[in-house]
Amino acid sequence: MNRIEKTFKELKRKKKKAFIPFITAGDPNLKTTEELVLSFEGAGADIVELGVPFSDPLADGPTIQASSQRALKKGINLSKILKTVAQIRCKSQVPIALMTYYNPVFYYGEDKFIRDAKASGVDGIIIPDLPPEEAKTLIKAARKRDISTVFFLAPTTTSRRMKQIVQASTGFIYYVSMTGVTGADKQFSSENAAKIKAAGKLTAKPVCVGFGISTPAQAKAVAKIADGVIVGSAIVKQIDKNKGKKNLVKNVTRFVWTLSRGLKD
Amino acid sequence: MPLPDKQGHFGEFGGKYVPETLMALLEDLEKIFKSLKADRKFKREFDFYLKEYAGRPTNLYHAERLSAHLKTLKVYLKREDFLHTGAHKINNTLGQVLVAKRMGKTRIIAETGAGQHGVATATAAALMGLECVVYMGSEDIERQALNVDRMRLLGAEVIPVTSGSRTLKDAMNEAIRDWVTNVGNTFYIIGSVAGPHPYPVMVRDFQAVIGQEARRQFRSKEKKLPDYLVACVGGGSNALGLFHAFFNDKRVKMIGVEAAGLGINTKQHAAPLAKGDVGVLHGSRSKLLETKDGQIMIAHSIAAGLDDPGVGPEHAYYKHIGRAEYVAVTDTDAVRGLKLLSTKEGIIPALETSHAIAYLEKLARRVKRKATVIVCLSGRGDKDMEQIKPYITS
Repeated sequence: MNRIEKTFKELKRKKKKAFIPFITAGDPNLKTTEELVLSFEGAGADIVELGVPFSDPLADGPTIQASSQRALKKGINLSKILKTVAQIRCKSQVPIALMTYYNPVFYYGEDKFIRDAKASGVDGIIIPDLPPEEAKTLIKAARKRDISTVFFLAPTTTSRRMKQIVQASTGFIYYVSMTGVTGADKQFSSENAAKIKAAGKLTAKPVCVGFGISTPAQAKAVAKIADGVIVGSAIVKQIDKNKGKKNLVKNVTRFVWTLSRGLKD
Repeated sequence: MPLPDKQGHFGEFGGKYVPETLMALLEDLEKIFKSLKADRKFKREFDFYLKEYAGRPTNLYHAERLSAHLKTLKVYLKREDFLHTGAHKINNTLGQVLVAKRMGKTRIIAETGAGQHGVATATAAALMGLECVVYMGSEDIERQALNVDRMRLLGAEVIPVTSGSRTLKDAMNEAIRDWVTNVGNTFYIIGSVAGPHPYPVMVRDFQAVIGQEARRQFRSKEKKLPDYLVACVGGGSNALGLFHAFFNDKRVKMIGVEAAGLGINTKQHAAPLAKGDVGVLHGSRSKLLETKDGQIMIAHSIAAGLDDPGVGPEHAYYKHIGRAEYVAVTDTDAVRGLKLLSTKEGIIPALETSHAIAYLEKLARRVKRKATVIVCLSGRGDKDMEQIKPYITS
């Protein structure tokens, strides 16, 4: 059982929901990324998602696109991010999932990536452009080293696919709250609740909801129907807003705290 | 025939690498496309528009003066430049727009680099009375103002893409983002033999008419099959369109010509088959120009239609199994090819096509005895007049 699974087990026992903040690794720099992760842990983050910047992030909206571009300009790559995770591991056991597009992983080499990720203390991987059909070798490598493979469910997912996705997922299942890209401002459909419930009937694995959740009220509402809430763009926006400021970490952490608080009552 | 497997793989290439939101739609599309292939009514409808609207069949023209100049080659030109909108692109957009209608979609989106696919899509959408949105990099919008006006005149909305490198690959990212968002009513018309399965197969099948006609025409003129097929390769739809019907004719050699830009050994080229690595972009695995960190590089070519860091997966497969050979031609040589065809035959080819023409001079030196060749004259050069002005000597 890795840190992600342990965390959900513990949350279940306490009847609590997971709060999962996302940030792009290396924006504004890796030192800040490290500080933010450590500080988020104290602000109610149960798991942290670290984004690996990619030149062509086709599942992301403008906020995370811009954030990825900033990180890439600083020369951030997978190796450097893994080193940062290793540094975080010297100080904290907060579960860390890497969110990356497939090509950087493919180019790095799947087996080598899984081995190095495990060695640096990564607990899970989330790859938005890699459906389970194309992930067989990666899943095999990840199972061997107890790294969770998180796959996506979408409002458009058919029931046949749902079975396959639930089966391929470990750690948790990522439910995309709407048809769209990250950070979009789209109404949270009531049909989602039914879909999440359907997934829940197939598995005991936790289902967490992300995409388009930006306010404490939304986070709280979503937590009522899911096992966890993922917030990305709204936090990345705060990082950008506080760019160059001395209290960047403090200000962004305060925002994360306002989001997580509603889940902890 | 080298059909892809059920998941759309050509050997290790191809596949479906897209966000989950699109997976169900792609499965639907696959099913419908498969059923339409056996649907006589659909075939009649498609053939009707190809003939009556686009202007098929296109001529296979024996280029006598060019052949005399090349000495060792007898050259036939497959005149896709005769088609409505001036290039082979219309074959594919007519096919896909008919599929879109069958699926009940009311909104068409497309990406475009040079604007040729955008114009062909806007044309097909206007013909069918469908809403059309074209994504185009803001860099390309400046470079190809004329095509932007064309698309707008045809009733399409042209949306400038300002993210990333602001060129074709970013336009495709943005089109995919739109698609993910509006998956219910929107059909994405991809312009090349690229993207997630079943697009590479679908586009190939709609373009395969080029080779089917050319094979028939050549046999009736020469009573045999050609020794060589030559076509330019960006994404690779005109090349695959020509090659596909000859796949089992093992003695027919196929040559795809990529853009070497400023030189194949510089960083300024668009030749992923010659110089790229295996990677995953825009829904499929193929050869790609990428950095050692797995980031996608920006391609360069004088021909905007070849200016692409990726290439269709079936070409990567053809190269891998040795069925086709891929070579690359520089910007400078392409301009020479353009002038050569203009002065020898009175045909001004597109800059993309000029790469294939330019390679003929090299091929002519390579062959030991007289050989026959079909070149896909994929598009006409009017669109490039502004760009080649500096190269015209009075």
